[in-house]
Amino acid sequence: MGIAVEQKSGTRVELRQITKSFGDRVVLDALDLDVAPGEFVSLLGPSGCGKTTALRVLAGLETSDAGEVRFGGQDVSAIPVNHRDIGMVFQSYSLFPHLRVIDNVAYGLRRRKVAKAEASRRASEALEMVGLDEFGERYPHQLSGGQQQRVALARALVTEPRVLLLDEPLSALDAKVRVQLRDEIRRIQLRLGITTVFVTHDQEEALAVSDRVAVMGHGSIEQIGTPEELYLRPATATVAEFVGLSSKVPGLARDGQVSVLGQQLVLREPVADGAVEVYLRPEDLRLVANTEPGFDVIVTETSFLGSFRRTLAHTEGGIEVRLQHAATDRVMPGDQLHVAVASTSVLAKPAA
Amino acid sequence: MKAIGIEPSRGARWLIGSVIGILFAIPLLSTVMYTFRDGDSGGLTVAHWAGLFDSNNQHVLKPLWIGLTNSLILAVVTVGIVLVLLAPTMILINLRLPQLRRAFEFLVLLPISIPAIVLVVGLSPIYQVIGHTLGTGAWTLAFAYGITVLPFAFRSIQASIDAIDLTTLAEASRASGAGWLATLVLVLVPNLRAGLLAASLISTAAVLGEFTIASLLNRQVLQTSLFVVAKMDGYASSMFTLLALALAFGLLIVIGRLGRISLRKEA
Repeated sequence: MGIAVEQKSGTRVELRQITKSFGDRVVLDALDLDVAPGEFVSLLGPSGCGKTTALRVLAGLETSDAGEVRFGGQDVSAIPVNHRDIGMVFQSYSLFPHLRVIDNVAYGLRRRKVAKAEASRRASEALEMVGLDEFGERYPHQLSGGQQQRVALARALVTEPRVLLLDEPLSALDAKVRVQLRDEIRRIQLRLGITTVFVTHDQEEALAVSDRVAVMGHGSIEQIGTPEELYLRPATATVAEFVGLSSKVPGLARDGQVSVLGQQLVLREPVADGAVEVYLRPEDLRLVANTEPGFDVIVTETSFLGSFRRTLAHTEGGIEVRLQHAATDRVMPGDQLHVAVASTSVLAKPAA
Repeated sequence: MKAIGIEPSRGARWLIGSVIGILFAIPLLSTVMYTFRDGDSGGLTVAHWAGLFDSNNQHVLKPLWIGLTNSLILAVVTVGIVLVLLAPTMILINLRLPQLRRAFEFLVLLPISIPAIVLVVGLSPIYQVIGHTLGTGAWTLAFAYGITVLPFAFRSIQASIDAIDLTTLAEASRASGAGWLATLVLVLVPNLRAGLLAASLISTAAVLGEFTIASLLNRQVLQTSLFVVAKMDGYASSMFTLLALALAFGLLIVIGRLGRISLRKEA
């Protein structure tokens, strides 16, 4: 029946050894991805890492040179996009400009030979789900960007597809709408239990809504895990740099400990003895009194972010660190601060 | 936003408009007046216009009616070629074979640089074959016209393709479950309508005004019959010229109106 009915059985989605080149450029290099039924997985990475291509291969908008796409255990690689039973929301506004909102949403149902009245009814329900049931008679150009993407979401979901594919659907929106719609997508996804793959270059977005995040770099997945895993135990330097803010500080590892900025700290993950780069999160550093152990830094820039303040500073040796501290600790560029590493354990990688 | 110093002032615009308007109006008005002139007395008369429908004059007017009919048939077939062959090809190239865009554009713009008289040299042996296979019906000339209107039709259609996000619209339609035909008819054509209308109009105008190819291939179209009749009856050819102009103008208004009506329905 209608889309309002809770559906809890998602479809397993798998990419197996997907390889794709454009000319000499290898965009996807034996990519494997396994998305559990009803799971929300984000593909996160800088532009050019292959995340959009991976999604397009999943959708059937691109064919891979090698490898398999499987929905529910069935190989769908040879099935064209219009028969794959997917719902997709695009980065750019993709509503059909000549159709009213309600007809845009009903479009997929009508192509599936659903009778006109029934299609309209289900389209209205889908619009209600995204909070736009009043806007059915309007044309896309009469809606704001955020509203248009909501309609696109309703259009993608109305056919109750097996998989929902989101290709940076929020990147054209302004910050506030972005957060609202992001949370709404997650809420609807949880309610419908639909397997969802979300492509984004915004790590905050990915961490906020996903069950798991796959960080991509150079055509393959560097690490896939829950947002907490990625943040606390990044597997590679790329992941550590891409997920969350980090300062890279040189240190010396020995016997499971690392000496960094005059302090001895425990290593979170073992690393070979010798020169290392230590990743310090802004919240790992705190301002301390001059009498306490720590090190001196000079403030380069500082920004007030409401409940806290984020400050970029550098040591006399030119090592840059980012720290996060109470907004009441007012600092100015040029100020000297005494800082200590608050965290008991830190992540380090062998220095390049 | 106003571009400083580039846009002519209101007065200058009126001046330019008026000069061009007068330039077009003088020969038109002269022709109109000529068709009302009584050749013997020098006064005004409607006798020439009334004569158009006089059965005694039909031996002179018959070729004109045939020419006009043939030209209209040719216009319809040519527009058909533009809409059924050129437009889908352009959509295909823009969506699936963008690497061919430049080569295709070059090919399609070629006819503009080749004089009709040169084109005919190549066309005449082809038309011998066409004559044997498809007959010598007036409509067959549309194959040649389909080529001569390519550059104009191409420009109009390409402009409207560039104005929309063709790829995303097509992909959104396909991802919603539509096949290629449904995508083309239900999504792409409605959004390219302005360009398709303009291409049809400009093709119609080009066909109604074409003389060289038809004349060299011995076909009877509006322009060739006007040329013939002008030698026998100056009034008749002037009146038909005016009628042809009015027809083209009427078509322009109708097509423009059609475009606007469906636009308003959307807005």
